[in-house]
Amino acid sequence: MPRRTPFHEYHRDAGARLIDFGGWEMPVQYQGLQAEHAACRSTVGCFDVSHMGEVRFRGPHALAAVNHLVTNDISKCAFDQAMYTAMCNERGGIVDDLIVYRIAEEDILICVNAANREKDYAWMKGHNPFGAEIVNESDQWGQLAIQGPNAIALGEALLGHSLADVKNYWFTRGTFAGIEGCIVARTGYTGEDGFEVFLPAGAADVVWTAIHDTGTRFGLADIGLGARDTLRLEMKYCLYGNDIDDDTTPLEAGLAWVTKLEKGEFVGRDPLVAQKAAGVPRRLVGLQVQDRIARQHNAVIHGGQVVGEVTSGTRSPCLGTNIAIAYVPAALSKPGTALEVDVRGKIALAEVVKTPFYTRPT
Amino acid sequence: MAYPTDRKYSAEHEWVSVAGNVATVGITHHAQDALGDIVHVELPTVGKTVKKGDGVAEVESVKAVSDVYTPVSGKIVAVNDGLDGNEGTVNSTPHDAGWLFRVELSNAAELDGLMDSGAYGEHAGNDF
Repeated sequence: MPRRTPFHEYHRDAGARLIDFGGWEMPVQYQGLQAEHAACRSTVGCFDVSHMGEVRFRGPHALAAVNHLVTNDISKCAFDQAMYTAMCNERGGIVDDLIVYRIAEEDILICVNAANREKDYAWMKGHNPFGAEIVNESDQWGQLAIQGPNAIALGEALLGHSLADVKNYWFTRGTFAGIEGCIVARTGYTGEDGFEVFLPAGAADVVWTAIHDTGTRFGLADIGLGARDTLRLEMKYCLYGNDIDDDTTPLEAGLAWVTKLEKGEFVGRDPLVAQKAAGVPRRLVGLQVQDRIARQHNAVIHGGQVVGEVTSGTRSPCLGTNIAIAYVPAALSKPGTALEVDVRGKIALAEVVKTPFYTRPT
Repeated sequence: MAYPTDRKYSAEHEWVSVAGNVATVGITHHAQDALGDIVHVELPTVGKTVKKGDGVAEVESVKAVSDVYTPVSGKIVAVNDGLDGNEGTVNSTPHDAGWLFRVELSNAAELDGLMDSGAYGEHAGNDF
């Protein structure tokens, strides 16, 4: 029996195509991937992301416990502020990428990837030398991402106060669509303006209905996992399991900006310090690929040799070009470097490019 | 709506429409629907000799790539160049303007092994 989110019946009634995603029955598309992608970039999209997990850290040691587990420096995170981070294993490989929400001195909420819910919770419980209280709250929360140029206006209509004043990667707690105990965060996975709302799972019907009733006048479209993937890929946001995993380090994956080696001890710090000192051997780069659509696991070729591997690839709905993310040797990671990709036996020319691939019109 | 009765179907979701000694091949409504928005089509070279079951074309959506197997043997005598830049035609009219390639049959008896509209509709699990 696949797991289902509190919004499952709405997806089924909307005629969404449902697929298995890491044990979850999730909508991959409603009206069509390209139309959904375009809606998110031009008006506003609603994504059911309730399959993602939530782990709560409480008690006097909450901050120390989280900072011990993650690569970013959560002590620099203010109350009502969020931080993107990696969580590493002892080899410096990535257990998961997370968003940490610092609610109060002794209260931190962490959002984890759906497929990693149990793995992360076990890892956190197993690496808790400070004895913080750690609770898996995943089943208590529903989560919707509202993303696109009209997202903030839609959110403010349901929040009853300004959301534009909540800065990027900050959040507000309170009543949303009449439901108490919600967290509304200026975060997302699309490159668009917008927010993500954590809501009590029991209030799913009320929140879904309110968002969709109010959303009509803002051009709201439901968006499936298909367009969620192409939207994030246009931004070169990492997808766990594709671009990052237990055997890739945050330094290789372009996540040095959330890896604070100077903050003091954390799990995985030593191998990361050593890797930085020795030189990071490979880098996750963006590629523009000619003629063919590169896909995950396609080989990257240079001088007749396999030098790397594509981790994600698609036809960019906004750009109309073939974009990919790949690990390549550091020496071949500079924008402008000419490479090739073996797309099912045919060689396609590729070039390392600056990312994100897509930039929002100003 | 039922699948057109004027042609045959393969288990791999290709359709074959025969006029004289030439078979036109495309993918079915079911196949295009499963793929989603098609953005790239890779067609065989005209003049190439192909054998029943060969993967001779590729149809790609944003999400996935799917091989197209020729359900009949023979020589490729035409490909649908009109799809270049209009790949969505395979989604909108898979059984007509979205055809992929034409094969001059070398063994017309192969057609007997393909499904008719009714059998294919059951195989694909639905009419549309």
